[in-house]
Amino acid sequence: MTTTPNLSTRRVDPYNPPAEHARLQEEQPVSQVGWRDDRKIWAVTKHADVRAVLSDARFSSDRSLPGHPTNIGYAPGDKLKQLIEMDPPEHTTARGRVMGEFTVKKVAAMRPWITKIVEEAIDMMLQGPSETDFVVALSLPVPSMVIAELLGVPYDDHDFFQENSAAFVDQHTTPVEKAAAMGRLRSYIADLVNSRIEAPGNDILSRQLSAGADPQDLVGLGFLLLIAGHETTANMISLCVATLLDKPELLQQLRDDPDLMPGAVEELLRYFTIAEIGGLRLATADIEVGGTLIHAGDAVFALSNTANRDPEVFPEPNRIDFTRGARNHVAFGFGPHQCLGQNLARLELEIVLSAVIRRIPALRLAVPFAEIPFKEYGPNYGIYKLPVAW
Amino acid sequence: MTMQINANRATCIGSGQCVFTDPDAFDQDDDGTVLILRAEPVTNEEITRANQAVHVCPSRSLSLVTEELEYS
Repeated sequence: MTTTPNLSTRRVDPYNPPAEHARLQEEQPVSQVGWRDDRKIWAVTKHADVRAVLSDARFSSDRSLPGHPTNIGYAPGDKLKQLIEMDPPEHTTARGRVMGEFTVKKVAAMRPWITKIVEEAIDMMLQGPSETDFVVALSLPVPSMVIAELLGVPYDDHDFFQENSAAFVDQHTTPVEKAAAMGRLRSYIADLVNSRIEAPGNDILSRQLSAGADPQDLVGLGFLLLIAGHETTANMISLCVATLLDKPELLQQLRDDPDLMPGAVEELLRYFTIAEIGGLRLATADIEVGGTLIHAGDAVFALSNTANRDPEVFPEPNRIDFTRGARNHVAFGFGPHQCLGQNLARLELEIVLSAVIRRIPALRLAVPFAEIPFKEYGPNYGIYKLPVAW
Repeated sequence: MTMQINANRATCIGSGQCVFTDPDAFDQDDDGTVLILRAEPVTNEEITRANQAVHVCPSRSLSLVTEELEYS
């Protein structure tokens, strides 16, 4: 008897999804494969099927359900506080409270102050030695400062906020140190919420409080925004920069025509689809997906990264094409849980990449591309350290 | 025949993907919920964009329906 290895999201090739996922997409796009322990899981790999799973709430995100592939010791009915763990209609109400913060117009209005954050970070980088780790210089601090600004973190506390948020995404911090940094941030956000009860400001926490949000839930929301918006954006910034430095013809396209930038950001989002485990669901009914019947109680894994290389939707899917018009990708997920901060992420990427191209024309990789340490084991794909010089 | 864009404001999650697709046809209110600015796409380009907006809507809150015109 032959055994096939369990499904893994490990990326061996820095530019492409796991070969096994691509094979499944070609040969058996909805197939039950080994997962963890003796558990099996449905791997869903076609773009249309991934959209179908993620937009059907009968594929539950409620991780307190027994058998949910992300259940780590919850009991049914445990009150979960995070948006990402709720199903409609509870989710619809909770998301409805915050979605007004990230409308297209409100995000567009953030451009001036995000630009300022980016320009200042580049000033700092250029004042130092002409060789540095791009992750430390720009990728991590920029999204951290953006979230600090959104939460209304006072300027004097930015260093504390940034150091602690960097600590728990650092490869070299121990689990104990990580937990400590998370604890410090959580109590910091709790203090921030309390101070906003006394003295409201012009920030998300104050607006949520005045709309009647529970302060305890707000600590969870603040923390979720940090977790969801910091390392993910940092990873995309690093991956985009590494790719442009590795593929000078792409960089030249953006130099020649800066208007290509929004399309480039969209295409690179599709290409890297960094969130590895956002597509884990539990079927709560018998549902047919792509002609295959999935039973109630089955675990399901909608593999967005592979779906974004579906040749039926994206011709020559492994080619990076800034003119593709790839807006229908599922890099931010699909369905009610699609990333709340997606438009902010797009804007941050656009501003950072444009500024880096304009201001550091001599930027180059300081190590061969093959030596860059990628986060091949996830849970978000990215880069630990990106040595660059100019 | 005329085409009409319908929006389910109760399920909208405010992702704004429709606004990106066609800012002439869609907007969001202050709470993020979809607002339809132009319910009836007429030209081919308007109809194509309406179809794209329906396709990219993550919460599947948009639909494009064809209605028979009634002549009196």
